[in-house]
Amino acid sequence: MTTTTEPTPSQAAAMRHAKAKDRKKSSGRLMIFGFLSPTLIILLFMVAYPIISLISYSFYNFSALNPHEGYKWAGLDNYSYLLSDSALWKRFIFTGKFVFVCVSLQMLIGIFVGYQLQKAFRGRDVIFTMLMMPMMLSPVVVGFLWRYMLNSEWGVVNYLLSGVGITDVGWLSQTTPALFAAAAADTWMWTPFIILLATAAFRGIPDTIYEAAEVDGASPAYKFFRLTLPMSAPVLFIALILRLIDSFKQYDLFFALTGGGPGSSTETVSFAVAKLAFSYFYTGEASALAVILLFIIIGLSMILVRHLNKMGEKY
Amino acid sequence: MAKVELKNLSVEFGAFKAVDDVSLTVEDGEFAVYLGPSGCGKTTTLRAVAGLQNATQGDILFDGERVNDQSPSERNIAMVFQFVSLYPHLNIRENIIFPLKARGMPNAEIARKLDWVVGIFNLGDELKRYPGALPPGTTQKVSLARAVVRDPAVLLLDEPLSAIDEQFREEMRWELGHLQRELGVTTIYVTHDQREAMSLADRIVLMNNSKIVQVADPQSIFFNPNSEFAGNFIGSPSMNFIDLSPVANGFRLGESKAVLPTEAVPEAVRGAARPIRLGVRPRDVQLLAGPGTVRVDLPIEDVFSVGRERYFTFRLGDEIAQGVDARTRRDADTAINLRPEGLMFFDAQTGQRIAANGAVL
Repeated sequence: MTTTTEPTPSQAAAMRHAKAKDRKKSSGRLMIFGFLSPTLIILLFMVAYPIISLISYSFYNFSALNPHEGYKWAGLDNYSYLLSDSALWKRFIFTGKFVFVCVSLQMLIGIFVGYQLQKAFRGRDVIFTMLMMPMMLSPVVVGFLWRYMLNSEWGVVNYLLSGVGITDVGWLSQTTPALFAAAAADTWMWTPFIILLATAAFRGIPDTIYEAAEVDGASPAYKFFRLTLPMSAPVLFIALILRLIDSFKQYDLFFALTGGGPGSSTETVSFAVAKLAFSYFYTGEASALAVILLFIIIGLSMILVRHLNKMGEKY
Repeated sequence: MAKVELKNLSVEFGAFKAVDDVSLTVEDGEFAVYLGPSGCGKTTTLRAVAGLQNATQGDILFDGERVNDQSPSERNIAMVFQFVSLYPHLNIRENIIFPLKARGMPNAEIARKLDWVVGIFNLGDELKRYPGALPPGTTQKVSLARAVVRDPAVLLLDEPLSAIDEQFREEMRWELGHLQRELGVTTIYVTHDQREAMSLADRIVLMNNSKIVQVADPQSIFFNPNSEFAGNFIGSPSMNFIDLSPVANGFRLGESKAVLPTEAVPEAVRGAARPIRLGVRPRDVQLLAGPGTVRVDLPIEDVFSVGRERYFTFRLGDEIAQGVDARTRRDADTAINLRPEGLMFFDAQTGQRIAANGAVL
């Protein structure tokens, strides 16, 4: 009659074995962490450190030009100052207009041209290669290129326009034409990217789908809007997200093309960040603005990515 | 519903003739099955009828009206493809009503049609699901529902069951045949599976090398093939073909020493000066003698049972031929018995059948 349970020898062996297994498991985890740590540490320095220091700068009154004056705690002063500055709101409105014009133009032209290029024909590969070229240029180069083309006195654009009786358009000396000029340059540069992705997405749709639709009596427009677009929506959506984020951050193109002018009417938010940071050396304020920009972009991406995931669930 | 006529239809891809001078009339409400090996031109013919493939020559007529220049949607046909062609981003309900919406049918009418077709195919539980979540059998069912939902003049089916697993295929085949009779829609069905053709068709259109070989109802094409190809392609196990060479008391069978007695070969066939080949289905080669059977001395090589039936082989020189019998025999297996009605004779050079009256079919 044994009420206290003394482990039998075999049970004891099993317990010892289990303990050894646990030890092994934890040492395995340590090993994994050991192998990962070099990468993790580098990532920490490369990504986390700059972001954290950026956020901390944004709470201080600090100038990189006069580091000896040191940090003065400013709390949310940088933020409240920026957000109450009507000039900054103008930057946001201008950036919004620019993003809207750019992305709409690029998506529309990109999808249209991509649709035409999905059918194989002679010389298509050559066209593709040529389309890739603007993308490979630096935005500053593109900016200067377009600046020369749009020069009101000797630019090629005005020369061509003079042929149809339009003379002396000051492309870069007025706000609205400058906005469209910049949008045109950005579109010239980045539409090929949309074309490339759209063509790939369109070509991924099997022919039998179109044949079935043909038999079902769908018109070309019906096929395009009910089949082609929705079926390639996930890819087009990724292209849209990338272009939204990228054009939202546009700075170098304006730097080269308009220099932010006339006045400061073609300054984007990024342009303002750069100006605050490196012309005026208001490092704290510039950091705060950069943080605001970061959160807008993260928020935008999260909304879009969530939408994208919802799209993916169907298939 | 419509009568479909093909008149001297040819489809060429460069130098290759995929369909070569095909003429055929499919009657209103008929179930016609194009049967043939891969690459024989049956699918191309179907695609030409659908308008997905341009005819190089010849006419396609629906109810006497030439439709060569009409687009697939103008022809009012419906088609089910070999590989699933449902729209993956639309749910089953949206897939089925797609052709109705594309043609701008009013919503009330669409709802009525949907109810009707969902009832037929028993798809009520699947309407909210997406094609990717359904097994292949069910997706083909949905394709079929999408095809019949708008009362097409002609229903075209391109190997619709070949991507479905065996068990479900049987069931679908039965349902399909039932449905076609119920709807009475003119149907052209393409397959390489003779069992599908035999069980579904009002008429089989047998094709080979881009041409029609024989057009007949399943019974006639089985019992009365017009050529070696037809005899060989239809029926399982396949027909035995044995070369006949004339000897003193009859015809020697292939490379063996056995002789088919003279009286077993019709006089008109005997008179033909060409080399003759005997065709006989395994079912007409038996172990036991029966009324009127022709005895041929040939040793049985091997016997194996498949369920109730016994398959046996016998050797003709280098070649092996096959027979089937449900009955068993106890004595030494030294002879086979041929049923006289199963003996068919072919021109060994052209492969054409020589009828008992000597005419070439």
